[in-house]
Amino acid sequence: MKDIILKVENISKQYRLGTVGTGSLVHDLNRWWHQIRGKEDPYLKIGDTNDRSTKAESDYVWALQDINFEIERGEVIGIIGKNGAGKSTLLKILSRVTAPTTGSIKFGGRVASLLEVGTGFNGEMTGRENIYLNGAILGMTKKEITSKLDEIIEFSGCQRYIDTPVKRYSSGMYVRLAFAVAAFLEPEILIVDEVLAVGDAEFQKKAIGKMQDISKTGGRTVLFVSHNMAAVKSLCTRGIVMEHGKVKFDGGIDGALDAYQLNNSIEIETEYIGDNIIKRALLHTSNNSIKYKSDFKLDVFFESKNLIKNLVLGLVVKDINDVELIGVNNRHYQSDKINQQDVYKGYVSIFIKELNLFPGIYKIDLFLGDSTTDLEIVYEAIKFNILESFEYEVINSLNFKINKVFHENINWEYNS
Amino acid sequence: MNLKESTNATWLFEITPKNKFFSLHLKEVWVYRDLLFLFVKRDIVTVYKQTILGPLWYFIQPLLTSLTFTIVFNNLAGISTGSVPPFLFNLASITVWNYFTACLNGTSNTFASNAGIFGKVYFPRIIAPLTVVLSNLIKFFIQLFIFLCFFIYYYSQDALVSFNSWTYFFPLVVILLGILGLGFGMIISALVTKYRDLTYLIGFGIQLLMYISAVFFPLDLIAVKMPKYAWLVQYNPLAYCIEATRYMLLSTGAFPFWGIVYTLFFSIAVLFIGLLLFNHTEKKFIDTV
Repeated sequence: MKDIILKVENISKQYRLGTVGTGSLVHDLNRWWHQIRGKEDPYLKIGDTNDRSTKAESDYVWALQDINFEIERGEVIGIIGKNGAGKSTLLKILSRVTAPTTGSIKFGGRVASLLEVGTGFNGEMTGRENIYLNGAILGMTKKEITSKLDEIIEFSGCQRYIDTPVKRYSSGMYVRLAFAVAAFLEPEILIVDEVLAVGDAEFQKKAIGKMQDISKTGGRTVLFVSHNMAAVKSLCTRGIVMEHGKVKFDGGIDGALDAYQLNNSIEIETEYIGDNIIKRALLHTSNNSIKYKSDFKLDVFFESKNLIKNLVLGLVVKDINDVELIGVNNRHYQSDKINQQDVYKGYVSIFIKELNLFPGIYKIDLFLGDSTTDLEIVYEAIKFNILESFEYEVINSLNFKINKVFHENINWEYNS
Repeated sequence: MNLKESTNATWLFEITPKNKFFSLHLKEVWVYRDLLFLFVKRDIVTVYKQTILGPLWYFIQPLLTSLTFTIVFNNLAGISTGSVPPFLFNLASITVWNYFTACLNGTSNTFASNAGIFGKVYFPRIIAPLTVVLSNLIKFFIQLFIFLCFFIYYYSQDALVSFNSWTYFFPLVVILLGILGLGFGMIISALVTKYRDLTYLIGFGIQLLMYISAVFFPLDLIAVKMPKYAWLVQYNPLAYCIEATRYMLLSTGAFPFWGIVYTLFFSIAVLFIGLLLFNHTEKKFIDTV
């Protein structure tokens, strides 16, 4: 049986745009008039989807729309999405700071939320007093705090200043102390919003380590919102991708990261137009993508006012995480036609037979130079997609997180 | 089906768009009692940090106000306080009046002044107004101590002041004032979250209220001097609390028994309405504050 600890059902959240004024009073009165006649709220029917960049057509906007998911005990979930996708609104509702407009959330355990470190810290009070105050705000009893006080102080690394008012602390110490309190919370469900983006590298590592402890050894459920993909990847087992107030993807963390990056950071561009020496680059594709193990053909058009001696044209193919996979130029290959050429203009075609990159998004940097220097470098000139194809099925079980390039000619020989 | 029921039974709590019509979360408040205590401590400890006179400010304010009242209302305007020294008469009234206004001011600002914390973490929101009432109660005790010092001084100077058997009921009057401050404060706090108009009203509203709350004159004086407008004071529950205080602490005037009974029902009604509105507001105020 599934052990569901958190169940989100049809959560939506509507916000009113603009300022509060007489207009909102009129709306309030209208809403109240509908309510006493037992009718539905007239403003719930309208409202735009949450897309920050488009112009509003209605006074209301749905920050969240029909969110549904279930979380099992012990899962560590990363919530990712662009700014304004509704992540923070969702966390606010989950941590009971604000209520949803419709829907309900059921909890099977105690919740503590960390939307900010050091909530309620009072500058006039000492570090020790603030540990108590902040701990109590986060839902600990005085007894619990007293029993963990030494650990908290040690974890924060602020022993020397613990009886000094926190307004005298450096901002780093302040954050360390605040996170230390939160780290020793023992709720069944912990909600964390991007609080790790503070403190130095050492402390961030410590904080992530602590969070891993909480989820792995403590068996507690963690919901984690962050833009730090490395942190999300190392912490979470499952990811929820949000876009325009809706759940775009819900599943394994690797799939979620891919879905997020596919949607948000990369737009497929198979043609590059430039105004320097490289005028145009064109990748031959069908429907903006290349099938796995099909031919790769890239044309690069160039024109220069000065003579280019010994033309060198190179390209670097990178994967989505900017890992360089292929780096070649025409000098590496003997092709008399373009080697040792002194030219003003022309175009170079690069042809790779049966490109053996695995399905995914790739980027190409272009380099054009002469015998001594690079004349032009275009980073990420081309972004393309390799699609799954029939052959892909065969090598399906390879680990795509490690393997980007398929090597056909590997032999395994067993000797005894 | 059976399985579904068994999982539903284990839900600890549920978030819904609106609170039930009336729920006090008393159990939750009990769980967070340490927070209440720590908030009260914070309010008391930090208020006069980095001031030279420190806690002395608790004494200075009521003493100077009483002195001013004595000069203006008793010496200049000639309001008679009977056999009681005017200064002591004013000090008694101001001590309890201050408690009420501090509660009212503090609780009516609940949402605005705690928006930072409320926006980041959940705890029963009612903790915040309760903190105000309790920390002001401690300040009230400090000011009551000053009153007692002056009481003893005047008593030793053979002034006609004394306690009486009603004095035992003085804590009840203080509780009534606390409830009134809390109730009215919560009503205002619920209303100002969206429309700020009331914040401007409350500042001078409290000042005007003082004039019809019999703070610096005996209750029967207004009936004699301005019978036409006496109802303003006679319907005011605060006037009865202050009159009762003076009777209990100084044995002056008459004990307004029915007035106190009226005040009791009035405060319970106000508290109920306050809780209702507060309950209605607390879930969504963060979107409008």
